[in-house]
Amino acid sequence: MEHIPSPTVDLVSLAPVLVLSVFAMMVLLVDLYVKRDKTLVIFISLVGLLMTAISAFAKFDLPVHSFNDSYVVDELSVFFIMIFTLSSALAILLSIDYNKREGIRMGEYYSLILLCTVGMILLASSTDMIMIFLGIEIVSICLYVLAGIRRSDPKSNEAALKYFLLGAFATGFLLYGMTLVYGATGTTKLGLIAELIREEQIASKPLMLMGIVLLIIGFGFKVASVPFHMWAPDVYHGAPTPVTAFMAVGPKAAAFAAFFRVFAEAMPVLSPSWESLLCIVAVLSMFIGNVGAIMQTNIKRLLAYSSVSHVGYILIAVIAKNSLGSSSLVFYMLAYAFMIFGAFGIVILIGRKENEMLEIADYSGLAYKHPLMAISMSVFLLSLGGMPPLAGFVAKFYIFSAAIKEGFVTLVVLAVLNSVISFYYYLKVIVYMYMKEPEGEFQISLAPMTVFVVVIAMVGTAGLGIFPDPILYFTQH
Amino acid sequence: MELLIFYPIGTLCVFLALGVVLNKSPIGSAMCLIGMMLGLAAVFAIQHAHFIAILQVIIYAGAIMVLFMFVIMLLNLKGDDTVWKTREGNTLLTGLGAVLVVGILYKMTEITGGGEFDSPTPIQETFGTTVKVGTTLFTDFVLPFEVASILLLAAMIGAVVLAKSKMDD
Amino acid sequence: MIDDIVHFFEPYIYLIVGGVKAIIIAVALTAVVPGLVWLERRLMGRFQVRLGPNRVGPFGLGQPISDSIKLLFKESIIQSSADKFLFHLAPAIVVFTAILSFAVIPITQPFEIFGQTIGPWIANIDSGILFIFAISGMGIYGKVIAGLSSNSKYSLMGGLRSSAQMISYELTLGIAALSIIVMTGSLNLVDMVKSQEAVPFILVQPLAFLLFFIAGVAETNRAPFDLPEAEQELVAGFHTEYTGMKFAMFFMGEYINMVTMSSLVTLLFLGGWNTYILPQNALTGFLAFAFKVLFLLCFFIWLRSTFPRIRYDRLMTFGWKFLLPIAIFNLLLTSALKVL
Repeated sequence: MEHIPSPTVDLVSLAPVLVLSVFAMMVLLVDLYVKRDKTLVIFISLVGLLMTAISAFAKFDLPVHSFNDSYVVDELSVFFIMIFTLSSALAILLSIDYNKREGIRMGEYYSLILLCTVGMILLASSTDMIMIFLGIEIVSICLYVLAGIRRSDPKSNEAALKYFLLGAFATGFLLYGMTLVYGATGTTKLGLIAELIREEQIASKPLMLMGIVLLIIGFGFKVASVPFHMWAPDVYHGAPTPVTAFMAVGPKAAAFAAFFRVFAEAMPVLSPSWESLLCIVAVLSMFIGNVGAIMQTNIKRLLAYSSVSHVGYILIAVIAKNSLGSSSLVFYMLAYAFMIFGAFGIVILIGRKENEMLEIADYSGLAYKHPLMAISMSVFLLSLGGMPPLAGFVAKFYIFSAAIKEGFVTLVVLAVLNSVISFYYYLKVIVYMYMKEPEGEFQISLAPMTVFVVVIAMVGTAGLGIFPDPILYFTQH
Repeated sequence: MELLIFYPIGTLCVFLALGVVLNKSPIGSAMCLIGMMLGLAAVFAIQHAHFIAILQVIIYAGAIMVLFMFVIMLLNLKGDDTVWKTREGNTLLTGLGAVLVVGILYKMTEITGGGEFDSPTPIQETFGTTVKVGTTLFTDFVLPFEVASILLLAAMIGAVVLAKSKMDD
Repeated sequence: MIDDIVHFFEPYIYLIVGGVKAIIIAVALTAVVPGLVWLERRLMGRFQVRLGPNRVGPFGLGQPISDSIKLLFKESIIQSSADKFLFHLAPAIVVFTAILSFAVIPITQPFEIFGQTIGPWIANIDSGILFIFAISGMGIYGKVIAGLSSNSKYSLMGGLRSSAQMISYELTLGIAALSIIVMTGSLNLVDMVKSQEAVPFILVQPLAFLLFFIAGVAETNRAPFDLPEAEQELVAGFHTEYTGMKFAMFFMGEYINMVTMSSLVTLLFLGGWNTYILPQNALTGFLAFAFKVLFLLCFFIWLRSTFPRIRYDRLMTFGWKFLLPIAIFNLLLTSALKVL
């Protein structure tokens, strides 16, 4: 019997994943012993996320490649881990009052959010296609379940089932694409692929090209870009609101990180073959997202379509494929996290037990009754639209300047045009809040944790917009 | 010799795969899928990957498909819906779909016609043996191997959450 | 001339030898079935203090032959609601997989004949034990399809029970076998027997033996785990609607599976062809192997006449909550000891 040489294991670089997995399992175990009051479970989850954020700095001298080049700790991944832990923590904070109100009493909910975060971290830090696939699957499976966690609600079931069926289908495309790329290059490691495709012979292989197209389809579904966005409005609508906010930020950011690593870092040589395709996808996402959002009467569906259009903007960062692109990508995701969590926080605050108040008409006259809430909602929506001096503006500005640096002027012009279109529906909500008479009574109980999240989001949105320099400095170095 | 075995099996696999989609009854589809899995196992076996071939049979044909059959049997107890309920055919959609398929096929032949496919390289004798697979799994791919356990844990929790009969805790 | 012919066939000799071996094994297995039926009925008679078959031939030895003639000439009835194709396919799958899984079982040590070393197996593949698990896993389909295609509720219930039971107990079976695999470091059955030259694994791994045997009884759907064909509840389970030779084929499959399972237990735990006390050669090796298998077969029959059938939910609980944890614990212990 031969002895297998022991593998090179670098557990320190894996620290965030390990810490968070342990906490996720701990949440499961503790949940066995607590009864209806989940405060302890929530506390442990939040501590776990905090510890994860700290442990992300365990490695110095970045970038560190470990596990035979299938895992990397670099500035990008560390910054993404910050975004993930932040968004997961905000999602958990949002869930506290929402879950009480809606009767979601399962402790597994928090464990799934943590495991989902583990998947995101793996997704953002892996440089091996198998790892990327596993990361995407961990994230997706947790999300399927989280979307359907309100089992007695048909909408929630519909969301989970739709997401699951389409997601499984898209995973097939992704996997097939990876297989073809593996077939063309003979390796799954992104680093090796990058070296190999410098040779003209492999770069022009039909297998490689077909693989790239299938990869774009797979990733395109996971980030909900047009034409693979069909699931987004239904799933965003049906899922519990904190989960909607969660899946609009973290998983999307993680998928973009992987997207960036696969396309911009591993295959920049092949950019002539994927650039134009991604440009079309980006432009279509922006247009269809924005036009679709205009026609919505439901606030969650509106935000879903707006997130589709945001995917279009973010894709520009991938297309730019320079270092400014990666730093603008993380900055955008951070700003987006604040805006989305703020907006959904308000949506949760306005809803009540029997009626979630999800129609835009329900917001009529909010400004008269609750001026502070109307102002914060307006800030978040305007920031999503890209109004200076808010975070959304700076984020878009950096993405556009990254693209202009590479000469994509038409693309940027189209994107700016779209930003203008998007103001129409953001302003529509604001018009309802400020210029219409209230239709019914608002019964708002200011749940403390949700308010806390809104305040954090407010500080973030305004702060990133007015003082972007420290974060930008951090992303660029 | 290998090609002599490969081509019939490959053709059979393709037809069985089509059978999965086109079959009228769920049982028939499942049977075709099982047959296709076995065909794939045979393809692996031709490539000297005996270990992988056997795993293919055990995991896909043996474990997963049995669960499929199990579900079909459970759902089929009434006996009145042994046939897939399909949507009524929409001529416009069918036409558009046909155009799309033809377009994709055309583009694919165009792309593949332009490029060069490598002639297959002979595989080493040790390619798919238990030792080789084990060594690869525990050295090069040790991280994916371990991460798969997190994936399974998440899936397990998810299944329990969705299937748990009581919601009282 | 003859040299030329020999020379021409030289590269294909392995094919010819393999084909001959395959035919011998397949015929022998099918021939063993009537004998087993006779043995079971006689032994059951003994256990239940009655005579058993004793009319046809000496000791009733002619009984299985007359039975098979009867079955061959019986009318084959297929009810109109059945799925014809699958209905015919099911018994074929059962017998086919049962015989196929015997292909990798070495019945004695390799011997030399006409200058050729002949292994007493059809194929000595790298992962033989997995092959057996894979093929016997395919055998489930025979029962499932029989249950589905008969379009009768008893058959369906039988098929459901059968698949559920086999999935549940296959885990224990596999994990119990894993501890042996850990001990020998090989998936090859010949290697496994070779590593038992000094002492059979039943003495080293008694717990694994017990688990493997129990799960093996359950896998072959034998009493007390014969839930899929529980006469009192399900008429005859998945083969309720079958008649004539097709009905007999299910029985053939069951008995051949019993032989395979006994052989597997012999190979994994009882030292295979190792005689331990007698001089070791191919013939005594085969006798030792056959004796061990026969002993286990009698044990199977003994179990059937001793234990009452257990209830279905208890069966599941027993498998998942009792056997499986013990099996995992045993595996952990074995691995830990192996590493230390």
